[in-house]
Amino acid sequence: MQRFEGTRNYVATDDLKVAVNAAVMLRRPLLVKGEPGTGKTVLAHEIAKATGAPLIEWNVKSTTKAHQGLYEYDAVARLRDGQLGDERVHDIGNYIKRGKLWDAFTSEQLPVLLIDEIDKADIEFPNDLLQELDRMSFDVYETGERIEAKERPIVVITSNNEKELPDAFLRRCFFHYIKFPDRETMQAIIDVHFPDIQKTLVSRAMDIFYEVREVPGLKKKPSTSELLDWLKLLLNEDMPLEVLQDRDTSSAIPPLHGALLKNEQDIMLFERLAFMSRRQGG
Amino acid sequence: MFFNFVDELRAAGIPASFKEHLVLLEALDRNVIEQTPEAFYYLSRTTFVKDEGLLDRFDQVFQKVFRGVFTEYGQQPVDIPEEWLKAIAEKYLSPEEMEKIKSLGSWDEIMETLKKRLEEQQGRHQGGNKWIGTGGTSPFGNSGYNPEGVRIGGESRHKRAVKVWEKREFQNLDNTRELGTRNIKVALRRLRRFAREGAAEELDLDATIRGTAKQGWLDIRMRPERHNAVKVLLFLDVGGSMDPHVKIVEELFSAATGEFKNLEFFYFHNCLYEGVWKDNRRRFSERTPTWDVLHKFGHDYKVIFVGDAAMSPYEVTYPGGSVEHYNEEAGAVWLERVTNTYPATVWLNPVPERQWQYTHSTRVVRDLMGGSMYPLTLDGLEDAMRELTRKKH
Repeated sequence: MQRFEGTRNYVATDDLKVAVNAAVMLRRPLLVKGEPGTGKTVLAHEIAKATGAPLIEWNVKSTTKAHQGLYEYDAVARLRDGQLGDERVHDIGNYIKRGKLWDAFTSEQLPVLLIDEIDKADIEFPNDLLQELDRMSFDVYETGERIEAKERPIVVITSNNEKELPDAFLRRCFFHYIKFPDRETMQAIIDVHFPDIQKTLVSRAMDIFYEVREVPGLKKKPSTSELLDWLKLLLNEDMPLEVLQDRDTSSAIPPLHGALLKNEQDIMLFERLAFMSRRQGG
Repeated sequence: MFFNFVDELRAAGIPASFKEHLVLLEALDRNVIEQTPEAFYYLSRTTFVKDEGLLDRFDQVFQKVFRGVFTEYGQQPVDIPEEWLKAIAEKYLSPEEMEKIKSLGSWDEIMETLKKRLEEQQGRHQGGNKWIGTGGTSPFGNSGYNPEGVRIGGESRHKRAVKVWEKREFQNLDNTRELGTRNIKVALRRLRRFAREGAAEELDLDATIRGTAKQGWLDIRMRPERHNAVKVLLFLDVGGSMDPHVKIVEELFSAATGEFKNLEFFYFHNCLYEGVWKDNRRRFSERTPTWDVLHKFGHDYKVIFVGDAAMSPYEVTYPGGSVEHYNEEAGAVWLERVTNTYPATVWLNPVPERQWQYTHSTRVVRDLMGGSMYPLTLDGLEDAMRELTRKKH
């Protein structure tokens, strides 16, 4: 299999490439962490695209249980069919619903399995999946069947750090922390997304963006995806360059700030700062 | 191969195991990476480090093992050789500044101060990149040292290009956390008491089989889901001396809200008086009388106070002692009312336990709580939860 080198739409740093390649070649899960909006979920999509593999997505919620990834047995439907004398009732297999892991194990083509936001679930969730991810097989007790992966799928797991993950689980993964991109990488990312954007606009917008991130006490720092949204808005609104340029004293709040600041406390903080700078300036 | 690498990692507190070592060897064997030092660094990092908080330590260990440069993690870097300090000072201060400093005192004195400053900074390992003198208060100028700058044993000594692992980009993430949200949750789980309440939504298989056998037709029985039935009242001290502890309290709070369905919280300042509030911005306009709280929530609620209990003793023991308003009854009276109403009451204190004895008010409050004051560490939390479950109500 060829090496992952990033794609046309995704800028991968060197360390990320090594981590992905290690995970792909040794077929161990890759655990990806990082600030929200740094492209954790997108990474799985891009790996799938780069390797030409189908992507199986398992979005984890707070109510998700580990066994739902394997299969679910619908006992109530079978009870009902038994009462109605339906023929289907004789085959227990009719009432077993496959989960995402089952799909991934039996897929015709080698898939990429994305377990998205694993930290959303109960803290025991990762522990319950240990065995299955390690051996890449599980038993269906109702039918006595054993589901085994023909080839170990490529597994990408993302976490937002809401809960810490158990040690035993971590031991089995490769780990990558997507750190916030520096200016150079950010420039590359913007180039990929907006190939024909004005250079001066980008550089001014990036100045403002990194300034906003530096403001102490922000509850939610804006991230890559927010910068991209903001640039899109600026382009859409056809914002003249001057608005970005002369904002020294008139206002400290960047135009269309709604794309960057998502928290009313942060906006209030900015308004206060703007007020103070006006007083100092005037 | 690389056995001392694993040992060094473990010594630095990175939980590297034999399994990961084998994975690394396997990856090398299968030619996952091109044979460059950078690629090897990335590969071993992705294999051994599973927590972004440990990335910085890993960088240091990697540097030590593969370059033979001495930085020992964990130990306080007490002895900083004087020539290093001199080199640093020379590197980061302009000649004019040096002159100015010299006019302030003798070179030795300045070195002593710089040394202290350095130790302080390394010991604290703060998140930001504010180093010596950025505030303009130090005699060391306002040039603003940054962590890379004072990377002792780095480029300034060896005059070579900076390697990736020497950049120490992950320094900000290193925090030796005692309490993580996961830890708190696990500790809070001690308080669980399950009960079935509410709408019947779950199939009760046993009852259904029994019912069907008895009736002769399919008799589906449903039952309510099991929920955590523990009820918790949380009183949080806000403002003033509690500000440094805000982060840890926020973590506790977010873990608690996830864990309990019946959780009520109120804020107070320093000591509990006749009024508490739910929204800190409207603390003066929207107060809830403490009597109402005591009457509204049943005796089976478990009460957790979180506060440093550090105040002037008058604020606890005398009427009118509050710093914010005139209280008709002393704080001690109110605390007693709470402990009388709710037998299961504990006080969590974010201040380290060994410092409690120095504050008179802390001792008074602990006595009022019947000795149930616990430090806000994992062990303290465990003990507090055990105490709460022990008391039946």
